[in-house]
Amino acid sequence: MDLFEYQARDLFAKHDVPVLAGEVIDTHEAAREVTERLGGRAVVKAQVKTGGRGKAGGVKLAADPADAVEKAGQILGMDIKGHTVHKVMLAQTADIAEEYYVSFLLDRTNRTFLAMASVEGGVDIEEVAATKPEALAKIPVDAIDGVTEEKAREIVEAAKFPAELADQIVVVLQRLWDVFVKEDALLVEVNPLVKTAEGRVIALDGKVSLDANAEFRQPEHAALEDKAAADPLEAAAKAKGLNYVKLDGQVGIIGNGAGLVMSTLDVVAYAGEKHSGVKPANFLDIGGGASAEVMANGLEIILGDPDVRSVFVNVFGGITACDAVANGIVQALELLKSKGEDVSKPLVVRLDGNNAEVGRKILTDANHPLVEQVDTMDGAADRAAELAAK
Amino acid sequence: MAIFLTKESKVIVQGMTGSEGQKHTKRMLASGTNIVGGVNPRKAGTTVDFDGTEIPVFGGVKEAIEATGADVTVIFVPEKFTKSAVVEAIDAEIPLAVVITEGIAVHDTAAFWAHAGKKGNKTRIVGPNCPGLITPGQSNAGIIPADITKPGRIGLVSKSGTLTYQMMYELRDIGFSTCVGIGGDPVIGTTHIDALKAFEADPDTDLIVMIGEIGGDAEERAADFVKANVSKPVVGYVAGFTAPEGKTMGHAGAIVSGSSGTAQAKKEALEAAGVKVGKTPSETARLAREILGG
Repeated sequence: MDLFEYQARDLFAKHDVPVLAGEVIDTHEAAREVTERLGGRAVVKAQVKTGGRGKAGGVKLAADPADAVEKAGQILGMDIKGHTVHKVMLAQTADIAEEYYVSFLLDRTNRTFLAMASVEGGVDIEEVAATKPEALAKIPVDAIDGVTEEKAREIVEAAKFPAELADQIVVVLQRLWDVFVKEDALLVEVNPLVKTAEGRVIALDGKVSLDANAEFRQPEHAALEDKAAADPLEAAAKAKGLNYVKLDGQVGIIGNGAGLVMSTLDVVAYAGEKHSGVKPANFLDIGGGASAEVMANGLEIILGDPDVRSVFVNVFGGITACDAVANGIVQALELLKSKGEDVSKPLVVRLDGNNAEVGRKILTDANHPLVEQVDTMDGAADRAAELAAK
Repeated sequence: MAIFLTKESKVIVQGMTGSEGQKHTKRMLASGTNIVGGVNPRKAGTTVDFDGTEIPVFGGVKEAIEATGADVTVIFVPEKFTKSAVVEAIDAEIPLAVVITEGIAVHDTAAFWAHAGKKGNKTRIVGPNCPGLITPGQSNAGIIPADITKPGRIGLVSKSGTLTYQMMYELRDIGFSTCVGIGGDPVIGTTHIDALKAFEADPDTDLIVMIGEIGGDAEERAADFVKANVSKPVVGYVAGFTAPEGKTMGHAGAIVSGSSGTAQAKKEALEAAGVKVGKTPSETARLAREILGG
């Protein structure tokens, strides 16, 4: 889960990383009072989960409270790379002398963590990495040892931070590492980390991405989720505990196992090339269980998607037997009908693996007018695409 | 001979007394796995009855190894306790630890992986968030259904559980030496490369099927490895061509970030290394069949 800048800033403050005072608002009128509290001047910053907001006009300096109201009004509602600005953060101003870059992230390739640091901050770091790789220090960080003072000094030296700031940056790095570990983050990035005219080191802008798998020990993270921006179908699926991603096609997909479902999307997309370009409408993994209730929940979400014109249920019975899946489909359709749902879209079902023949017979015997069976994954994908193209 | 797991393997189950552990221990026993014990400190000294087979429960992995000579552990403990279970297995220097548990925080996986390194990598870790591995006709360590296929000469390594089953099913008449589900998390123990290396050295494997998916660069690195080190034919499949950027597709590691980790890039890298890559699982199976037939 990627956080907004103000949420990252809050986490930084929680772990004693030096930040500037700031408050987030969602109406421009509120800017006056906040700016007064911040000392009469403020930087107004759009809160969007994308880069390049400065260039897009999403960061403006307000000279006084009235100006802050006006600037907040200009920024709220703005579209930045497809992201509508619903919130702005007003932050204290600072006299910036220099801008640096630091981050901690997961290095998948080497199965460890990585610190990256540069004296060339405040710009797109990927560009620095591409054009001046020598300016970006990359230091592996052991997952158990973490960022000790010694490791922090190694990072400071590798990045060539000014000697007079070394002690300050060493402390900031250790505290950022606290954010990274204690909050179960996948990324903690500060860009820029600034040196003020007075020589203080402050995290001026930050990006944090949190590990969803750590929810079991991070109960506070649920509150950081941007529920307003979530796709309504994705939000409904999440509430039912389903692993669902909305896509922009017309063939609804239900399958078991992440890999098989991803593969199903691809196979449907290929099949769609022959059927007026229809595409998969979603990713939905109902997992190993595939009970009638889970199947009903899944079907309810997919049938609730107005773009869906046909549904492809693709199950390989591994641990789950296909007869249980077939019964699940039959019961799910009854359940939805009894709840008054409009069940009128055709379902193409492919069952293979454990007890597939019994499962297929259950569906044949049920003889549901909307359910059609095809024996192979490729064939079923083709039929589902054909039905969606009609 | 197969890789990593044979009929000689003596298997213990950490978390055997939990509901998942019990269910799958029963299945593993039914498929012929030599299960010699379970681990649960609170139930040490008791036994669990699996349809007439009494399996002893030990207080720790070390005790279990001392009493039984176990050389494989399959870990089913809940995600909160997985890190300490794996660390215990590493400290006991068991040669193979298969971590089935899903939903493990990446900081935990990174920590037990680092721990394994500090202990000299004496324990091969498979997973986490994986279906485990099976050497058909010999032993089954994990949750892969044993009745899909039979012993044969194809080696399979895959990030995805159900695609493993699908591929085993497609090629069930030919059979497999060993099938290894390595899991789709961002950090995993055994990689495609580890399995490729072992299959290349295994006299019972004639062809290797590798299944990848979006996220990371494991497939690209595996392609480089194949090019330089693998003489046996390799057939590949990559899932996730239609996955949108920035969305996690079920597996925690299955995410396209910016322009990296795309299925297209992985397919191209594999093809450049001489790997035949199928567009769908069934086309992949067909490619494998053609090579073995000709």
